[in-house]
Order: sequence, then structure tokens, then C-alpha cells
Amino acid sequence: MIGRRSLILFAGLFALFVVIGAFLGTANISLLLVQSFAYALIALGLNIQWGYGGLFNFGIMGMLMVGGAAVTFISFPVNGAFWSSDGPLMLGKALLAFIAGGALVFGARRADRIGIKGGWRTALIVIAWIVAYIGYRSQIDPAAAYIEGSSGWVGGLGLHPVLGWAFGGVLAAGVAYVVGRICLGLRTDYLAIATIGISEIIRALLKNMDWLTRGTLTVSPIPWPVPQPQDLQAQGLPITESFIYARLGFLAVVLVILAAAFFLVQRAYAGPWGRMMRAIRDNYVAAASMGKNVTRRQLEIFVLGSVLMGIGGAMLVSFQQIYDPGAYQPINHTFLIWVMVIVGGAGNNWGAVFGALLIYITWMISDPVSQWLFNGISSWSVEHGWGAIPEIQSRASQMRVFVLGVVITIALRYAPRGLIPEIVRREK
Amino acid sequence: MNELIFFFNNVIVAGIVLGSIYAIGAIGVTLIFGILRFAHFAHGDMMTMGAFMAFLLASVCTAMGWTTPLVPTGFLVMPLAMVLAAVVALGIDKGFYAPLRRRGARPVTMLIASIGVTLMIQGLIRLFFGSGTVSFFETEAKQLVRIPVPLEGVTRTINFTQPQILMVVSTAIVVLALHLFLTRSRLGKAMRAMSDNADLAQVSGINTKLVVRVTWIIAGALACMAGTMLALDVSLKPDLAFNIVLPIFAAAIVGGLGQSYGAIAGGFLIGFAETLSIFNWSVLLKPMAGALPFDVPATLAIVPTEYKLTVAFVILVVVLLWRPTGIFKGASS
Repeated sequence: MIGRRSLILFAGLFALFVVIGAFLGTANISLLLVQSFAYALIALGLNIQWGYGGLFNFGIMGMLMVGGAAVTFISFPVNGAFWSSDGPLMLGKALLAFIAGGALVFGARRADRIGIKGGWRTALIVIAWIVAYIGYRSQIDPAAAYIEGSSGWVGGLGLHPVLGWAFGGVLAAGVAYVVGRICLGLRTDYLAIATIGISEIIRALLKNMDWLTRGTLTVSPIPWPVPQPQDLQAQGLPITESFIYARLGFLAVVLVILAAAFFLVQRAYAGPWGRMMRAIRDNYVAAASMGKNVTRRQLEIFVLGSVLMGIGGAMLVSFQQIYDPGAYQPINHTFLIWVMVIVGGAGNNWGAVFGALLIYITWMISDPVSQWLFNGISSWSVEHGWGAIPEIQSRASQMRVFVLGVVITIALRYAPRGLIPEIVRREK
Repeated sequence: MNELIFFFNNVIVAGIVLGSIYAIGAIGVTLIFGILRFAHFAHGDMMTMGAFMAFLLASVCTAMGWTTPLVPTGFLVMPLAMVLAAVVALGIDKGFYAPLRRRGARPVTMLIASIGVTLMIQGLIRLFFGSGTVSFFETEAKQLVRIPVPLEGVTRTINFTQPQILMVVSTAIVVLALHLFLTRSRLGKAMRAMSDNADLAQVSGINTKLVVRVTWIIAGALACMAGTMLALDVSLKPDLAFNIVLPIFAAAIVGGLGQSYGAIAGGFLIGFAETLSIFNWSVLLKPMAGALPFDVPATLAIVPTEYKLTVAFVILVVVLLWRPTGIFKGASS
């Protein structure tokens, strides 16, 4: 199952974490551990989509944002001012307008049933879209303006964060279903660009719907599912230890979820379902001719992968305690995860987890390492009378983007199947 | 009439300028796709890199005092920057894409490699230039052209900046030159042949390696031009291109990937769609307010301004659904 090579690699990774931990201190390494294991869950989601199913999803950022918005909505304390105002009523009207518009478009698409065909049907669909859009805008615009003017935003529901994570998965599944229905007929390059485009649309929406997410004003503090450092300090723990124990508690929750997801995904890979997915990935024409419904199966795997991404995104938001739609970047939230899966080994779950941990730690320490390096170069050049490097701090923090690019280029060149590649079993 | 001129300034002029930039960028993307069969994601960062090269050259020229009041310095150095960018593009191909191509990597691997290149270029740009905004017009003024309209009762003037008119003219020249190159020259015909069928082109004696090199030269130079034009029109930031690479891909796909003329059409289509959709239509409706059955609100845009960039993505998704290979039939990988 897990070979000698991967054992050595994991042992090396463990040693790396220990060394970095010795440098940064236990509190910092526990922070990095929580985040890197949350990223491992997200990488697992991409590994299902890309490694099992061969789907080129470049819209991971969108799923993470959806998950984050979900956990914010579920777990943030209730905003009483909103619920006692006219806001819910106006939002209800907007929702009705949305549903009515959806029904109108759906009806127009089915117009061929009553004998309207060809160009007329297309015209009808276009008109239905326009009417639905105007109807929805006429309701949502005043509602949004009213809420933003009176109570600020809708607030949360004040429920348990783990419930919020689950809702993040559900919401991501819903979004992924719609996205998948739209995009999955497309071939690789087109699919990549379409998913990027959709994730940018999601970002624009969440960033500008101030009534729902507070947009650039950001939401914080989002509660934790386990006691926070402040709670532990109130019980008399010293500050450093309170941070360590609180983060380790969070880490335990993340690890349980990751282990459960890993177990299920691994079982699915070994079973008939996984074999079918690999058949579709490697030759979808042949798979279709064997009677597999390729489009439906791809949709299935797209939704499943997105659920893990949504949960992972929600966990990250919970852990960081702040939901800032403006902070999401394709580099940090889409390409980083791609590098994790490619470097770790697409199609192998151990590889995906290994890649996630390795790349995340590399990503995080490239900043201090290059800062140290630049300081060295700077003092060297000062000695030679060439002056210091200006703005070392901000420049060093940009180095990690460069390091990420170098890592993926080297990986593609020298280990194109990843460090822990997929094991293709053949019966003798 | 005043309202119509307002419309002209805000939609037609802005649309033509934006469309030119998108078109020049999209030609590069579409040429690379046609010849090498992969979506070159680093194109946006090649644009930014080209713009920064032009910026460096312009700063050197300004420091040396080699400026003229007739043309902005950024425009003056653009040809030189384009040559440099073409050389860099060739180097990027040799260093990062050619080894993968020799191994026979799939287009998907090439796409991921191009993302690696994107990250490296972006990291380097930020390393050297910081992450702030720089402007070509710190030492010289951006000249505004106002043309009065010789009609009674018209007070507004048709406005555009001097770089904008230069941009449109140079776009027209480049498009014409590219057209002549692709249809008249031997090499251009070879490019089109390879874009149609690479294997057939190779067996009929076309030097495919040369064609690939020429493709990178053209794409690199055009990326530099588009980036510099964008920087001259608005401002120059390291993440300039990240916002623009998707509209450019949208333009290339709308026009059909691999189709140069389609890319031009797609660029203008996306440019106009963006300016039209954020235009405040109540300006045009207000004079007719009495004749209309409803009250004209203060702002009546198709989408709010902050959603300007999403217009391109929505068009992209709609086109992909409705005609996946683009309006002009494009290639598929």
C-alpha cells in the first residue's frame, strides 16, 4: 500500500516540521500544522477531481470562498438589528423574484414542448433571462441598500462551527453542481478557463454583496469549535501554552475530519467506483462505450471534490477567525493547491497529503528564509559600499510566489508524476 | 446631443481603447494556441513584464533627457521594449516549454508549466519593482484632446487622451502588418499551415521549429505592446495582468482559439460589452423622460461598476455553452 519511498519521504517531512518547529517555536508550528492539514483536505478534494477524474478545475478559490461564507453565516452571532428590521421581508421578496425568474427561464427552455422551436425558442429564452434579471435586480437592489443602510448586514445564525463546516460542504456541493452542469462538457483548456472565470464571478459577488458578507469590511471574530486561547487563559494557563493547547485542540478536530475523508476517499479509489473513474479519466470514449454515463460521473466527482474544498475553506476561515473576501487570490487559493497535488502525486491520496504539507510549509517559510537571505546580501553590499536593499520586508514576502513557480517547474521537469506517484496495479 | 457625446466619450472611445488592448493580447494567446496547442496562461504576466521593460527604458530616456513633447516617452520606447520582450519570450520557451515539448508532454502539462512561469515572472516583478503602482506620466503630462462639435446647443466636447489615439493607430498598423504577414509571406503561410495541421505541415517540409520561434517572437512583442498600452492608459501595477489575462482569454475563446481575426473581433466585442454594461443609461433616457411610461432612476447601468470585470467572464461562459469553439470556428486541443 504505502511503499518504502513514501515512508522515507514522510519521515523526511516529519523531520522538516521538527526542525522548523525548533526554529519557530511550538506555538507557531502548531498554527502551521492546523493550516497545512486543512490544506491537505482541500488538496484531497482536488486529487479526487484531477487525480481520479482528470477534471481540470481551476476554480478552487471559488469553492473556498463559498465554504468560508457558509461558516460565517452559520456560526457568527445573530445580528438582532437585522431580524427586527424590514430586511428579512425584503430579502424574502428578492428570493421570490429569484425563484420566479428561474422558473421563467426554465419554462422558456421547455417552450419546444408547446411547439415553439428554433430561433423563436432562443428568442424566448433570451427574453426570459432579461425579464428574470430585471425582476431580480428590482428586488435585490433596494433590499441590499436598505440592509446596508440600517443594520449593516444579515449577521449569522450563532450555531456551532462544525455545523458551519458541514454547511460549507453542502453549499459548495450546490455551487459545484451548477458549475459542473455548465462547464463539464468542455475540453481541458476550456474547462480550466471557464472554471477560473466562474471562480472570479463568485469572488466578485461575495466581495460586493456587502449585505451578506460585509464585503471588504470583513467579518470577525468567527468562533472556534474548540476552546480558544483566551478561554484557556481565563482558566489560568500561561499565554504561550494557551495558544499551543488551543491550536492543538483545533488540530485534533481537523485531523479527525481529514482522517475520515481520507479513509472514505481511499476506499472509493480501490473499489469499483474508483476503477470506473480511472477508466473515464484514461479513455472516456472507451468508458462511454462500456455503458458508463461519462458526463454524470464527472459531475459526481466534481461535486464530491468540491465538498472537501468547501469544508476545508470553511475550516481555514474558522481557524483564522476572519472572513475577508478581498483576501482571496488565485495564487494563494487555486494555484498553490495545484502545486501541492502535482508535486505530491496526482492520483495518490498519500501523495496529495504529502504535497499539501510540504508545499504549505515551503510556502510559509520562504518568506522568513528569503528575508534572512536578503538581509545577508544587503549587509554584504553595504560593506562593499553599494548601499542596502530597500524595502526588504515587502520584497521578501513576494519571494514565495517565485519559489512556488520554481518548485512546480522543477517538479514538472524531473518528477512529472509527483513525488509519491499513483500506483497502477496490474493483475498478472 | 450633449448626452450622445457623453455616450460617445464613455462607451465608444473607451470601448475602442479597451478593445484594442484586448485584441492585441488575444492575438498572442490565440497564435500560441494555434501553433503549440496549449492555453498560455503566462501571457498576462508577459504583458506586465513588457510594460515594466518599457517603463525602465522610459525612465532611462527621461533621465538622459531624450524626450519629445510630441509623443509620450512610453510610446517612444515601445518598439525597443517589444524587441526585448520577444527575446525574453524566446528564452522562456527554450528554458521551460521546449524541454516539456521534447518529452511529448500533454497540453495539460504545458498549461500547468505556464502557470509556473506566471508565478515566477510575477514573483520577479514584485521583487524588483515592489508591489506599488507606478506611472509613465510622473514627469510628463498626459495630454488631453478636446474636439468641439460644430452643432448648435452642444457644449460637451469629444474627449480622449493623446496616448489613446496613438494606441488605436498603432493597433491598426499592427493588425494590418500581421494580416499581410499571415497572408503574403512564406513564413506566415507556414504558420497558418502548421496551425491547421502540424503533422501535415511538417511532412510537407515546413521548418516547424522556426515557426515556433517566430510565434514566440510575435506573441512576446505583442504582449509587450498590449501591456505597455494598458499601462499608458491606466497605470502600471504588478498584478495588472492578472486582472486582464482572463478577459483576454475570453476574447480569444469568443473569437475561436487559434483564429487570429477571431481574436481581434473577440477583443473588441469584450471591450465594448464591458463599457456598454457599466454605462449609466439614464443619462440617455433622461431627455425622453416625459415620453417614457416609467420614472428614470438616477443610475441605470446593466451591471454595477464593481462588476465590470465579471462581464467578460459571463460572456465567456455563455459563449462556451452556446458555441464551445467560439464564434469563428476555433481549434480544440
